Amino acid sequence: MTALLNIQGLCIRAGDKPLVSDLSFSIRPGERIGMIGESGSGKSMTAMAATGLLPVSIGVSGSIELDSQQVVGATDRVLNRLRGAAAAVVFQEPLTALDPLMKIGRQIAEPVRRRLELESGKASKDAISREVRDLIDKVALPQPERIINSYPHEVSGGQRQRVAIAMALACRPKLLIADEPTTALDVTTQAEILKLLDQLVRETGMALLFISHDLPVVAQVVERVIVLKNGVAVEEGPVKTVFGNPQHDYTKTLVEAARLFDEALGATGS
Amino acid sequence: MSPVETSVSRREQRHSLALTVGLALVGVNLLVALLTLFWTPYDPLNASGGRLEAPSLLHWLGTDRLGRDLLTQLMIGARTALLVGTGAVAIGATIGVSLGVLAAFATRIADDVMAATLDILIAFPTLLLAMLVVAASDSASLWTAILALGLAISAIVARLTRILTKRVLRQDYIVASRTSGTSWAGVVFRHVLPNIWPTLSVNFALQFGLAVIAEASLSYLGLGAPPPNASWGRLLQEAQGTVYTAPIGAIAPGIALVALVIGMNLLADGLRDIGDPTRGRSR
Amino acid sequence: MLLRLLPGDPANALLSVGADAAQIEKAREQVGSNLPLWQQFLRFAGSLARFDLGTSFVSGKPVIEEIAARLTVTVPLALMGFLLSILIAVPLGILSAVKADRWYGGLISTVSQLGIAIPVFWVGILLVTVFAVTFRLFPSGGFPRRGWQNEGQVLYALALPVLTIGLVMGASLLRYVRSATQDVLGSDYLRTARALGASFPEALIRHGIRNGAVPIVSILGIELATTLLGAVVIERVFALPGLGSMLLLAIEQRDYPNVQGVLFISTLLVLLIGFGADLTQRLIDPRLRERAVGGSA
Repeated sequence: MTALLNIQGLCIRAGDKPLVSDLSFSIRPGERIGMIGESGSGKSMTAMAATGLLPVSIGVSGSIELDSQQVVGATDRVLNRLRGAAAAVVFQEPLTALDPLMKIGRQIAEPVRRRLELESGKASKDAISREVRDLIDKVALPQPERIINSYPHEVSGGQRQRVAIAMALACRPKLLIADEPTTALDVTTQAEILKLLDQLVRETGMALLFISHDLPVVAQVVERVIVLKNGVAVEEGPVKTVFGNPQHDYTKTLVEAARLFDEALGATGS
Repeated sequence: MSPVETSVSRREQRHSLALTVGLALVGVNLLVALLTLFWTPYDPLNASGGRLEAPSLLHWLGTDRLGRDLLTQLMIGARTALLVGTGAVAIGATIGVSLGVLAAFATRIADDVMAATLDILIAFPTLLLAMLVVAASDSASLWTAILALGLAISAIVARLTRILTKRVLRQDYIVASRTSGTSWAGVVFRHVLPNIWPTLSVNFALQFGLAVIAEASLSYLGLGAPPPNASWGRLLQEAQGTVYTAPIGAIAPGIALVALVIGMNLLADGLRDIGDPTRGRSR
Repeated sequence: MLLRLLPGDPANALLSVGADAAQIEKAREQVGSNLPLWQQFLRFAGSLARFDLGTSFVSGKPVIEEIAARLTVTVPLALMGFLLSILIAVPLGILSAVKADRWYGGLISTVSQLGIAIPVFWVGILLVTVFAVTFRLFPSGGFPRRGWQNEGQVLYALALPVLTIGLVMGASLLRYVRSATQDVLGSDYLRTARALGASFPEALIRHGIRNGAVPIVSILGIELATTLLGAVVIERVFALPGLGSMLLLAIEQRDYPNVQGVLFISTLLVLLIGFGADLTQRLIDPRLRERAVGGSA
């Protein structure tokens, strides 16, 4: 099977400062990959680069093939079509990621309408409305009427993130990129969102790129993992192998830190 | 897509250039103003040449309609402008910061009243407030103008100070400081003021420029300092009638004004960038 | 926010302070400052209700008549200048933010820096020098005798003044538009829209405009008030018989009812503008509508 996302020798630079160096990996359809690293390791950069969303001042070289389409150096027209249909993104901060002045219903309707128009020319209000409710249902949001007519600041953080996921799903993407989707949420909500993502990805057969700095979180949702340090991939492999038997020093420190944390939690019985 | 040279380093270059230019412009004005305390090319009050002479070696900028050397008038104008700017900002800052800090500590009701009053005052353009004060006082003098502008500025400064102080007071280190025994006064001087100073100083620099322009407007309207004190605004007003025959009278003071204000604004921008290097879009 | 119903009391109070000796008695009679302060205020409020702002010392005519006549000059001048400034500032501001990396983007922002350092009356003088004196395209001042009955002439006379105000206010407004646009460009919601397939123009229009307008609206309120004031100064440059020249004349002649009247009207206008801006902001931004925002995570 051809890879959905194929990255070869990716280099990202801001001026003369390298952010990502010679990164290569690929994601096959339906595969679930995690990208682990601290802040500044370049993981979000990679995700943005994959969808061609990096600002002009950041230099990108190498090859990024998304759905057999070269992203590096592609025109906006090509990229616009690719974004959403091939890959959709869920971001970290749900409060700022949603338009504060627009009702949620309308915001979800936007990618829905776009997809329907692309597929069959016209999109009727009913069709859009139906699918919006359908999506709200899929992400397990209660009281669809209330949600549709609310503004982002009127619902909770966890609900906002579900909305963001719904919007991403609306595009029926082949690859879902989740950039630290649970970092801004409290622990209980975090668990819920993770479960939701897991379930949705399995149901729809989407590929998943899950970016995070949090080991246990990543380990729950993905099959393979890439460890990034300062923009360089230091280790890669199945989750059990990398976390169970880390080879690189950096991975070892990460795993150790997580283990200590877990132990501490266990000791206090929480 | 080939790597585009990042705009970061280019921006930095532009910033230091702006800062240097700003410093130069303000510095020149300052030097000229100080110089006039001791020496001017000619006597500012009496005629030293024919009326409305064109620029010559004797009079570099020519003379005004009463035969007085224009360059001298311009130099004194610099002194007036700097005096007004500094004076107004000084008054505005003193009153404004004091009020602002007090307001931040005030009880809920007092604070609301104060906030509303400040909002109303600020809605009035500085010039209008200044005109009000000048009109209320009987004689127009340099100090009236400075006082008027100072009061107008103090409202703006007070509001800014209040917001900034409140923000600082919410921080954790304030609580820490208090629990370690610092009095409220100590908190203000040791934590609040140093923290709000960077933003405030930038604001002061900007208000300086606004005050200078406002004073020029007041003088232009005839509400500013009377004759012994030359003001660029008044010079422009005098030159307006004869702009056809002696254009330089209407151009030179204006250029001087713009130069000083731009210089101050560039300085303000430079200060802002020094104080807050996190500006600019991230990601 | 709704405390903006303060009447022109400051104006009243200030003026009863600075009275010229020769005029004091006459003033006192009319203004009634020999009465206790609160009674004065009641009298003032009462006459307000009857739309009576007093009578001019100098001309003997009712103040409000004079003001009404002058308003027909000042208000159109200010409004047109304001509109022009928006027309200049919005496209250029957005352009200079979007194309910040191109040379013309930087140029626009540099020029606008210049714009806020220039006093508005100087621009007026310069424009007069260039257009009225050198090229004789426009009149250097004055207002048609018959006023608005002769629209063509009025517009002709107001052309340069409106241009002056438009340019200077435009430069000032431009900086705010640019800043607001920069905020929008770097915003997360724009990024989300694009990440889900919206084109740049589409995302900008659908989400950017409304979000960008929020900070701008409150600024517009202040700018309009400043424009009104700029009109006052401009009237001197172009010898226009508006509210500004009425105020200046009245101050010179110590015509207190007139001064008071003008200050009251301008206070009222400023307050109304502020109120309007507040209301508009609340209309656009749903976050401002809550009484107590719960600060959700």
